[in-house]
Amino acid sequence: MRTPRALRPLTESLATVALGLVAGGLLIWAFGHSPVAAYRALAVGAFGTREDLLETLAFATPLMLTALTFAVGVRAGLFNIGAEGQMYLGAVGATFVAGMVPMPAGVHLAAATLAGMAAGALWALIPAVLKAWRGAHEVISTIMCNWIALHLSMYLAINFLAEPGRAERTVPALPTARYPVLSEESTLTAVLFVAVGFALVVYAYLWGTRAGYELRLAGENPDAARYAGVRPERVVVLSFVIGGLAAGLAGASQVIGRPPAWSLYATLGNVTTLGFDGIGVALVGRNHPVGGILAAVLFGALAQGGRLMEYEVGVLSELVRALNGIIVFAMAVPELWTLLRRRLAR
Amino acid sequence: MRWVWWLVAAAVLVGAPRLLERAGLPPVSLLETGLLAMTPLALAAVGECLNEKAGLVNIGLEAIFMVSATVAVWFAEVGRSGYTGLLGGAAVGALLGLGLGAVSVYGRADQIIAGMGLNVFALGFVPFLLISLWAFPGIHVFPNELMVPRVSTPVGQVSPVTLAAVALAVLAHLLLHRTVLGFRIRAVGEKPEAVDVAGLRVDRLRLLTATVGGALAGLGGAFLPLGWFGALVKEISAGRGFIALACVVFAGLEPLLALGAALLFGLADGFASAVAVTPGVKERVPFYFVAMIPYALTLGVVAAVIGRRRFPSTVGRPYARE
Repeated sequence: MRTPRALRPLTESLATVALGLVAGGLLIWAFGHSPVAAYRALAVGAFGTREDLLETLAFATPLMLTALTFAVGVRAGLFNIGAEGQMYLGAVGATFVAGMVPMPAGVHLAAATLAGMAAGALWALIPAVLKAWRGAHEVISTIMCNWIALHLSMYLAINFLAEPGRAERTVPALPTARYPVLSEESTLTAVLFVAVGFALVVYAYLWGTRAGYELRLAGENPDAARYAGVRPERVVVLSFVIGGLAAGLAGASQVIGRPPAWSLYATLGNVTTLGFDGIGVALVGRNHPVGGILAAVLFGALAQGGRLMEYEVGVLSELVRALNGIIVFAMAVPELWTLLRRRLAR
Repeated sequence: MRWVWWLVAAAVLVGAPRLLERAGLPPVSLLETGLLAMTPLALAAVGECLNEKAGLVNIGLEAIFMVSATVAVWFAEVGRSGYTGLLGGAAVGALLGLGLGAVSVYGRADQIIAGMGLNVFALGFVPFLLISLWAFPGIHVFPNELMVPRVSTPVGQVSPVTLAAVALAVLAHLLLHRTVLGFRIRAVGEKPEAVDVAGLRVDRLRLLTATVGGALAGLGGAFLPLGWFGALVKEISAGRGFIALACVVFAGLEPLLALGAALLFGLADGFASAVAVTPGVKERVPFYFVAMIPYALTLGVVAAVIGRRRFPSTVGRPYARE
């Protein structure tokens, strides 16, 4: 079977996801469950009804944003795995403005969203500055920032944002700072459109402006970029700031765009791991903002369907995250598909 | 510039115990905790020094810590001995290291992405494993007699694994700088084509260091529950895999310096846990800020030294014959 060259990224991504599903199936089988039953429940849970489909999109919303964080980093030649921490602080920033600063309707929603994005971008500046001017390895510095952000965010949530009488979560967003729920049967809100819109804006920026071109050039060919007069520090800071804005929006979306809590749990339980999940989403989406949107729907389906899989077949939904890791692992091996193609061509 | 940091480290080493003593905490227990915290970092960092000398990078040390810790407790319970657990943890670490090495060498994988894949995998697989093995979410407490017993030394109660970590660091140093194999490992990181032309197998040398590095990280992971905490939690390593990577960079891939860096970070960890329980201090400093200390220190060290270390010329890049 020969695939046209233009479709190759798509077929390779889908084949990798299939590979991940097969490996996950082996794990399910190894722990004494039926992979067929598990995946049937997963598919039904993700796409079975209109309600499920909307819930899948609700799960996809933060993922397309944290995927954007990683993707913009890779486009600039950087491994920004700090979406996790940037997202925590985005959630904290949004919670503060949405829950404690009363404002007129309309303005309030915008202000809370922007506060989340700004908090994420500010947190991203730490590894950006360390990378640009000290040469600090961004993988280590972003992971350290994630852990510091975890403790800082829990501290802020418990000491300054807690809802009186309810230790487990922060004050809920005021009604003026909540995205409208799109359908009463699911937790999907209009924040989905903001997420998709932001991804498209980033796409237009990276592929339509001079700064965006320079960023991609620096990632693809650092030497050529340097000869062309691109300043590497600027590229580092720019890509981290865009990534931080996206991650901050992802954190905000889970507070002001996700019923029923409309708040941040003190353990950060409603946002944790969404940042790491974005890595797989970005890779399957070929580090492209639009690809990331599509891949996020796929991973959102895994997350939503995983709940029914756990409920009906007893396979823990954590397995979905293990699957995600296997997919990332397989995406790292370019030779896999070259080898496979050669074998098929024979 | 570097000596400033050694001075700062020395000042912390001398000053911190004094401060703690005044706050009512004996420095011996700080050193004991520091040595415990040093052990997994030192093991993983020494192994990763070898691995990076040969030209590979393992960003998945964190995953090896997490998976090995979990599997080691299972091995300990099945074999009714903490030492069985340590062996099992090292074996699982070796397997994961070998797997990552194989995709890097034969699959020519992007090593950072493959390593992150392993980390994301562990993030989901370990909670899954915890419930699958013990039917309880997030935490598992095992019988106390499975703990690897500590031995008395002049510096307090020390785990035999700690002593092994120190010995392994010295051995790794001697291996790298005094043996033919060590020379080959360094050569394969600098000029793999020369090693290839000399008739040696580039792939086997790199698989060897990847496996040994994985085994040492696995031993470190097994040490976390069986030699230190006495229980298993789903995020048991809490970023230590990345702190070990920072030790490697700080040490410029030299095992003995990596041991020193691990001690520095271990003492910071010990200092943090001491502050968290010291009466009079713990009321004034929020726990959340104390918990940040090891990460903030790592961030500071990474910012201070990296960029001026020289790495093998092919580190992180796959080798292919022309």
